[in-house]
Amino acid sequence: MINFNQVYKRYPNQHEALSGLSFQLERGDMAFLTGHSGAGKSTLLKLIALIERSTHGQVIINNQNLGRMPKWKIPYYRRMIGLVFQDHNLLHDRTVFDNVALPLIIAGENHREIGRRVRAALDKVGLLGKERNLPIALSGGEQQRVGIARAVVNRPPILLADEPTGNLDPELSQEIMQLFEQFNQVGVTVFIASHDHELISRMPYRRIVLQNGKLAD
Amino acid sequence: MNIVERFKNYLLRHVQVMLSSLGELWRHPLASTMTIVVIGIALALPAGLLVMLTNITQISGQWQDSHQISLFLNEEVGDTRGQQLAEQLLSWPDISAVEFQSSNDSLREFRELSGLGSLLDNLPKNPLPAVIIVRAADDFSETENIEDLLERLARMQDIALAQLDMQWLQRLRSLNQTAQRAVQILAALLSVSVLLVIGNTIRLSILNRQAEIRVVKLVGGTNAFVRRPFLYTGFWYGLLGGIIAWLTLQTSLAVINDPIKALASQYDTVFRFDWLAGELFLALPLTGVLLGVLGAWLAVGKHLNAIEPN
Ligand SMILES: Nc1ncnc2c1ncn2[C@@H]1O[C@H](COP(=O)(O)OP(=O)(O)O)[C@@H](O)[C@H]1O
Ligand SMILES: [Mg+2]
Repeated sequence: MINFNQVYKRYPNQHEALSGLSFQLERGDMAFLTGHSGAGKSTLLKLIALIERSTHGQVIINNQNLGRMPKWKIPYYRRMIGLVFQDHNLLHDRTVFDNVALPLIIAGENHREIGRRVRAALDKVGLLGKERNLPIALSGGEQQRVGIARAVVNRPPILLADEPTGNLDPELSQEIMQLFEQFNQVGVTVFIASHDHELISRMPYRRIVLQNGKLAD
Repeated sequence: MNIVERFKNYLLRHVQVMLSSLGELWRHPLASTMTIVVIGIALALPAGLLVMLTNITQISGQWQDSHQISLFLNEEVGDTRGQQLAEQLLSWPDISAVEFQSSNDSLREFRELSGLGSLLDNLPKNPLPAVIIVRAADDFSETENIEDLLERLARMQDIALAQLDMQWLQRLRSLNQTAQRAVQILAALLSVSVLLVIGNTIRLSILNRQAEIRVVKLVGGTNAFVRRPFLYTGFWYGLLGGIIAWLTLQTSLAVINDPIKALASQYDTVFRFDWLAGELFLALPLTGVLLGVLGAWLAVGKHLNAIEPN
């Protein structure tokens, strides 16, 4: 599902964030991406989401070679990847419902289907009563769950999360991780970058550890 | 989702974006009104001048075939000699009609028209010259023919002054042509300024919504999707600006309608000022919409690619 083959990423300032990285995740896997701050975790996820492109090597996602993907195809490619960020990236002048509905509106779904799927996603993350609220009126943990609902609402096969519990206390972090586990159980490939060792060590999933842009052993 | 349903959703989505763009203008009434009024004035100005010119062209057209030359005779030329001269001129191939008017006739006419007759009674002798009015033949009514005729007449011994009655009309016509060119240039310049006004307004709203654009691109929004609300914003600015232009124009023309009527009656022309109300009611909003969408397109094209998720 996710296949890195000798991948290098050099930023325009010549800093090499990833060097010669190779690994593989199968369909339906759940894995953590860890490593010190600046190790290249965010960069790696950005390569998968095509927010950045690799300088060398192949990134192959769901049998598509990203190096060969023309620019106009990127939006359609991104629709099969759910993205969750540490700072949520919500639209603060839209209601919870409208935030979660955004990927469906973009995909051209009809009104009834949008209502049905948004409510299903909000139900899943336990926010069904808050759909008319603005994000500002929610707690940090609730905002993160809105972000997760938005990421999964159009049922993408891959879910990426970059430090999704970075701003949350341990108890809320645990709840968020359980949510990810539930999505993984229905077949979604889940890949979570986190440096919260304590949280990760309590969970039985594969760990990919980065050190200065390389796999640590 | 089948094709028909997809298309239905697509149309529905367009209507939604169209209305929400209008709502966006409504939420910033002051800024929107200012932009719309600027666009309205920029459209109304050349359109108003165009209306004036169209009407002037129409009036001057009505006097097309009145190529008439007045010959003022020398003082010492008597009535008999004047009559003879008139008959002689009638034999010229490029003259179709002549009319002799003795100095006494001229005096009578002056009395009747001016009402200043008693003033003339005090003069020792009639100061008005005899006049021959000559009409050019139809086959010789081109400007150069007329000018040639005028020159030949002016050189004749008995004639003090040969005056083309419609010389001012010709000047008016060539002035009119120059003015038309000027209006075209003005219209082009103002169109560019409408583009710039709309482009700049859209640019600001793009900058205000950078964060939103990033998020939309992150969850798979195409450029067309991101562009759409801005194009509709341009559409509304143009449409509303065009309507404002039309209203401004009709109001201003209503104000000058009475003076124009008075003016027209002095030239006893059967003349109806044409406001082009119907044509402009279509043309102004249409021009506005075209410029609005184009301006938005240019602004979005320039700024959209620069805003990428990071
Ligand atoms: N846009 C960028 N331009 C230049 N250098 C960058 C950019 N983004 C990240 N880096 C550098 O690349 C390295 C890896 O960053 P990042 O992937 O964010 O690490 P992590 O998420 O593991 O903390 C860091 O040294 C960082 O300074
Ligand atoms: Mg990071």
